[in-house]
Amino acid sequence: MYEGALADLIEELGRLPGVGPKSAQRIAFHILSADAHDVDRLSDALKRVKQLVRVCEICYNVSEEERCRICRDGRRTDENICVVEESKDVIAVERTGEFRGRYHVLGGAINPLEGIGPDNLRIRELMTRLQAGETKELILATDPNTEGEATATYLALLVKPMGITVSRLASGLPVGGDLEYADEVTLGRAFEGRRVLD
Amino acid sequence: MRRRLFRDDAVVLRVQKLGEADHIVTMLARRGGRIRAVAKGVRRTTSKFGARLEPFGHIDLQMVEGRNLHIVSQVEGIDLYGRRIAEDYAAYTAASAIAETAERLTPIEGEATLRLFQLTLGAMRVLAERAYPSTLILDSYILRGMRDAGWAPVLIACAICGLKGDHRAFSIPAGGCVCRDCRPAGSAHPSPSALVLMRALADGDWKTATASENGVRKEASGLIAAHLQWHLERDLRSLSLVERN
Repeated sequence: MYEGALADLIEELGRLPGVGPKSAQRIAFHILSADAHDVDRLSDALKRVKQLVRVCEICYNVSEEERCRICRDGRRTDENICVVEESKDVIAVERTGEFRGRYHVLGGAINPLEGIGPDNLRIRELMTRLQAGETKELILATDPNTEGEATATYLALLVKPMGITVSRLASGLPVGGDLEYADEVTLGRAFEGRRVLD
Repeated sequence: MRRRLFRDDAVVLRVQKLGEADHIVTMLARRGGRIRAVAKGVRRTTSKFGARLEPFGHIDLQMVEGRNLHIVSQVEGIDLYGRRIAEDYAAYTAASAIAETAERLTPIEGEATLRLFQLTLGAMRVLAERAYPSTLILDSYILRGMRDAGWAPVLIACAICGLKGDHRAFSIPAGGCVCRDCRPAGSAHPSPSALVLMRALADGDWKTATASENGVRKEASGLIAAHLQWHLERDLRSLSLVERN
């Protein structure tokens, strides 16, 4: 059994998601044997992220300023809004380089089993944005699981009467994979979303 | 020690994130009752069976027995209702409440509950087929599930003295309808139509149930939910989020 500062560190590390007692112990000993400057950098980074990072007042993506980099970018179009569950999904879509519109981060998906309903997400804020009238298409990029699909269904019910085009990201086969290894659900979705070749 | 491999078919009730890419899947199995298992790597897009382990689906699976949690090794989809249910928001919220009810009605993990399994599977099927309004399916499920658990509200006699008849008062602590003589203080006085609907839902009389009016359905739903939560001694989180409009 460890005691004092080392025990405290192991306990704190063990509270992080995905870090079990063994991993916490391993990381704690790594920190103990690391260079003092490296530990200071880590400690400063932890403090700074809590002090500086907040959410963008428009899209609710993480940002160090009132408006995030994407909402400040005048070259992007206001006509398309891509709705995602979490800030990390913004990064995933940005990596594609295919989307030049704005985002809206819901903060999760509707999950009654966890007590998360529409009022617990930033749906009201999304509706306020849409009422400004500049949006022509709302792209629903919630996760392709049951909660994500139900959230997309709910949003489509709310938004379609406003005359805005509502689209959902396609589901299908991963690029580079073999057809024979695809599961029947994904392959079925790929068939549904097939496109005509020009 | 070699771990035992076993196979069962199950309805997926709930999935919870575990670590970077895993899920803990809670299921109601035909032979094994309520079981929990770890499905490794299913959140990765390369997962071989992640799509089959989505909530509300009926699956055939092979697992490796574990001390606390089993480990899913193979899954085949029998009827994957999740997507069809998620395309109808009211059905999705009702299915979530059914899944939570099934979990609460099976407090002991691994104890076989064949009737509840069949009831849950049937409820998911009719929700996916949109055979009846989703709130009626949910209320019928709760009434029948409580009957299997021994908590069915008494609807055709007095819950206290047993006098047969269409009694007008309803007392949740007493266990259902109560006659004029036995009626405890604070008993509810639902409309006769609400009690007719509750009897129809408990017996699976869909012709009578679907002919009911919206106000009557809400009244019956309130009594059914209160009766369930009284016996469970806790609130169901999903019930307050059920879409009833």
